[in-house]
Formats: sequence, C-alpha cells, structure tokens
Amino acid sequence: MKLQGKAHVYGDHVDTDVIIPARYLNTSDPKELASHCMEDIDAGFVGRVQAGDIIAAGDNFGCGSSREHAPLAIKHAGVSCVVARSFARIFYRNAINIGLPIVVSDIPVAAGDELVVDLGAGIVENLTRQEKRSFAPFPDFLQGIVAAGGLMQAMKALEGGKA
Amino acid sequence: MGMTMTQKILAAHCGKQALQAGEMILADLDMVLANDITAPVAINEFEKAGCGRVFDGQKVALVLDHFTPNKDIKAAEQSRQVRRFAKEQGVAHFYDVGRVGIEHVLLPEQGLVTAGDLIIGADSHTCTYGALGAFSTGVGSTDMAAGMAYGKAWFRVPEAISVRLTGALQPWVSGKDVILHLIGLIGVDGALYQSLEFSGPGVASLSVDDRLCICNMAIEAGAKNGIFPVDEQTLAFLKDHGAQEPRVYAADADAQYARVIDINLSEVPLTVAFPHLPENARGFSDIPADLRIDQVVIGSCTNGRLCDLQQAAQVLRGRRVAEDTRVVIIPATQLIYEQAMNEGLFKVFLDAGCAISTPTCGPCLGGHMGILAEGERCVATTNRNFVGRMGHPKSEVYLASPAVAAASAVLGRLASPEELEGAKA
Repeated sequence: MKLQGKAHVYGDHVDTDVIIPARYLNTSDPKELASHCMEDIDAGFVGRVQAGDIIAAGDNFGCGSSREHAPLAIKHAGVSCVVARSFARIFYRNAINIGLPIVVSDIPVAAGDELVVDLGAGIVENLTRQEKRSFAPFPDFLQGIVAAGGLMQAMKALEGGKA
Repeated sequence: MGMTMTQKILAAHCGKQALQAGEMILADLDMVLANDITAPVAINEFEKAGCGRVFDGQKVALVLDHFTPNKDIKAAEQSRQVRRFAKEQGVAHFYDVGRVGIEHVLLPEQGLVTAGDLIIGADSHTCTYGALGAFSTGVGSTDMAAGMAYGKAWFRVPEAISVRLTGALQPWVSGKDVILHLIGLIGVDGALYQSLEFSGPGVASLSVDDRLCICNMAIEAGAKNGIFPVDEQTLAFLKDHGAQEPRVYAADADAQYARVIDINLSEVPLTVAFPHLPENARGFSDIPADLRIDQVVIGSCTNGRLCDLQQAAQVLRGRRVAEDTRVVIIPATQLIYEQAMNEGLFKVFLDAGCAISTPTCGPCLGGHMGILAEGERCVATTNRNFVGRMGHPKSEVYLASPAVAAASAVLGRLASPEELEGAKA
C-alpha cells in the first residue's frame, strides 16, 4: 500500500495529552476526537490537514497516557501515516491494533514536504527533497494483525469466533 | 541464557520454558483493567466485534475513577455505558462512586493483584503492580477489548535495564524522589520498550508504598514495566490485603541486561521535575529562589496513599497554607479517606486551609477538581507535567513528593520541608 501526502512536522516526545487533551476524553466518538487533534501543540492543525497527509516527528512519539483516543483522533483527522524516529510503546501497539500505519524512520522532513510511504516495499520517500530511506517491516506477528484489519479480527482468526 | 524476572513471568504465561528478548508472544492474562475513559472505547470494540461474553468476569476490573463523580453530562454517559456493560457481563470488580478509588491504589489495596500475575490495564500507569512482583503494563482500549474477550494479549518480550539500589533514603526523601531522579538520569525514553528491574541491598529499605510509587512512574521513562523482587515486605503486604497465593519469580544470576544503573539511595536528593517533561529533574540546589505557586495537588495513583497523606500532614501540622495558594488533597481510595479521617489528618488539612476531595484522578489529567488557568503554576504529587496536562496549555506543573508539595503550600513557592523547618520563627 502506498500512502502520499504533505508532512506536518513535530519534534521529540509529542505526548498523547497534546495529541488529544484529556478535557475532550468525555467522548469516544472518533470524529469528535479528531476535531481537537493536536490542539495544544498546533491549534491550526485541524483546519490545515488534508486527507492523506502524514505526520512526521522525532523521538518517542505518542508518549504518556495509554489513551487510544490519540491514534484514533489522528486517523480520523485524515492522517494516512505517522513517520517518527521512534514511538512510545503503547502508542505503537495502539496504532497497530487500530490500523493506523506507522513507520520508524529518521528521514529528514520539513513542514509541507510531500512524502510517499510504501508500506509493502518498506520505503519512505521525501519527494520535495529527493530523499529515500528504507525501513524495517513489522515482525510477522504484527504484520498478521495489520493484514487481518486490526487486533480484534486477528484474535478472532487466532482464537476462533466467540459466540 | 538466563532470563530476567519479567521474562520468567511472561514465559510462565505462554507455556514456554524459556524466552528471549525480541520474541513475540501471546500470553494469558490474570487481570484486565480499564477506567471510565478507556473502557468505553474498549466496550465499543468488544461489542462491534460481536465478542459475546467476557472470558472470565473474575479477571476483569472496571474502575470509574477519572472523571468521577461525573464532571459533566458526557462523562456521565460514559460512566453509564461502563456500568451497563459491567452488570450485563457479570464483571466481578466493578467500582462506582462511593466504593471507587484510583485504580492503581485500589487494586493492590483490595488484593486483586499478586506476585507472579500478568496484568494489562488500559491505563499507562498499570505498571504500578510491578512493585508486588507482578508483570503489569499499560495498553490501549483495543488490547483491553481483546483481553476481555480472549484473556490474552500480545507482547514483544522486553530486554531489561538493571537498576541496582544500595543504601537508604535520607529524611524526607521518598520513592517519588528516587523515580524522578532516575527519570532525570535516563530521560523520558531512556527505558523505551524495556523493563526496569530493581534489585540490590537497597530494596529492603524501601517500603512497599515507595516501591509502588517508583513502579508507577516507570512509564515516564518509556518502560514497558517496572518490577521489584519479592521479599518479606511484599509477602506481608499481599497477605494483609487478602491477595491470592503469590508465585515468586526471581531473575537468573546470569540474566542479560541492556544496561546497569547503580543508585545509592542515600545520595538521592529531594527532587522536582520542572515543566514540561518528567525528565527535567532538579535538586533544590538548582531551583530558582522565589518560584511562586498558585496551587498544590496532593493525591493521584502516584502519591495518594495513606503514607503520602501522613507525610503531608507532618509538614502541614500547625501551619497555614500561604494566602495566594490553594491546596487540593485527594485520598486515593475510600479506605484511605476513612483512615486519614480517623487518624486526625483531615483536621490538620482543614486547619491549614486545604480542600479535601473524594477519591478521583481529577486534576492529574486536567479532568476536573483543580484545573489551572493560563499562566498558573502548580506543585503536584502526580506523574506528568506535559503541556496542558492540568489545564491551560500555558499553565505549569512541577512534580514532587508530598513533603515538598506541602512545604511549598505553606511558603507559597517551590520549597523543601527542610527550608520550611529553617524558616520557622
């Protein structure tokens, strides 16, 4: 699968409190969550983001709270993929479990650069800067989750349907 | 090759004799936990997938602690959804207002976790129970949904950092200072994907409460879990709280560690984490002289235990909170609330001019019961000081122990209890 979009760039340690502030966690509606995505770090994000856009960040993206509302807000804001130097572990598993593509890469990106992520080939490309990097694929077990369409579907296949 | 304590617990829960770091496993769960914020998303997923019944109602805990007593209509709807699900599914450990406490203080108190358990919780501070020799870690809501349905979760077997403790803490210094000090040393991603395994002769000098506080904030170093060896104190705690029979695991002598960190507890200073990351740890030799504060919060899953309230009361006894500072004290559970009241701590707090709240996570995550305005500063015994964590994005949170928070409350500025004693006329 190829994903292409403009980059929205953030630094290190982007925490889930700024991705979706707790004051909005009184709902589990993904659309409502998406309308406040990145509000405390980038108030203009929701107005600017286009379907397919890509978030690019530094180390430890998604640190802090386990709130799955964070990857949900990002996904439902229209973001197709998050590319970061590293991810906090709960955000990493949440993204896989809900089917938000994430890529570990240190490819240089500036705001507004056009990125293409080829998940199958394991290549991320910055079209604006003409740079290309390969990235390691997920372990087989996690690829199975992604291929199944998320954790619940994968567990159904592994453990058999529940009545 | 030898295994770490964490690897042994994981191996025992996926039917293997041995595991190596990096392996992917599907492991059996002893307890799955969620709260009023994360459970609704999990319930949505559970029901959408047509999961039917939870795998074992005795191994599910649903704790309405974050936005309760319901802070607004939407929060009330979320609580109602969880309440309905708990009733329909026969969830044995459902806690509602009047019985509820902050989840990570409540579960050990109620004997719902024991040594050797494998626990997941849809709350990042689920890592707290490592203090009791369990493997416990925070996950998201879909993991929680799958855990409730199948009693299993996937894990990448972590490597570990060995944190060797020697010595004993100085007066006023607590587990909170140890973990802030450690996060200051290694950074907020210093233990990313790894276990923090504590060991050494210093362990015995730490109370179970100190260990719970230390493991609670393992996540703030990015760790998958924090874990302490099981000793007589652990076993006594588990027995006192009616926990199930402990299964004691110990790291092999030849276990491999990614890194070894030595901490002499007697050298750990009173420590404060400055905005906006828990790694911004500073001792009092390195703080501005007159950092005025607007609010103090003493509570949370990190420091809302009885010992924390006792420590705060020791500082506040016979003193008054500074005129321009407000203090919110939040006993973490109903039992702690009752004990604090019976011990006369409430009288101390009321005489000092503090507000006492019913148990709730409330202000720690900027929910309610003490939200900060633009530009306001708070000294809090909580666990995170991210941008906007307790309210306005331009407010500031300073993380500290109950003793430091209480001393700061009296002087109206960031201050240590020693300084307060010195300031006594």
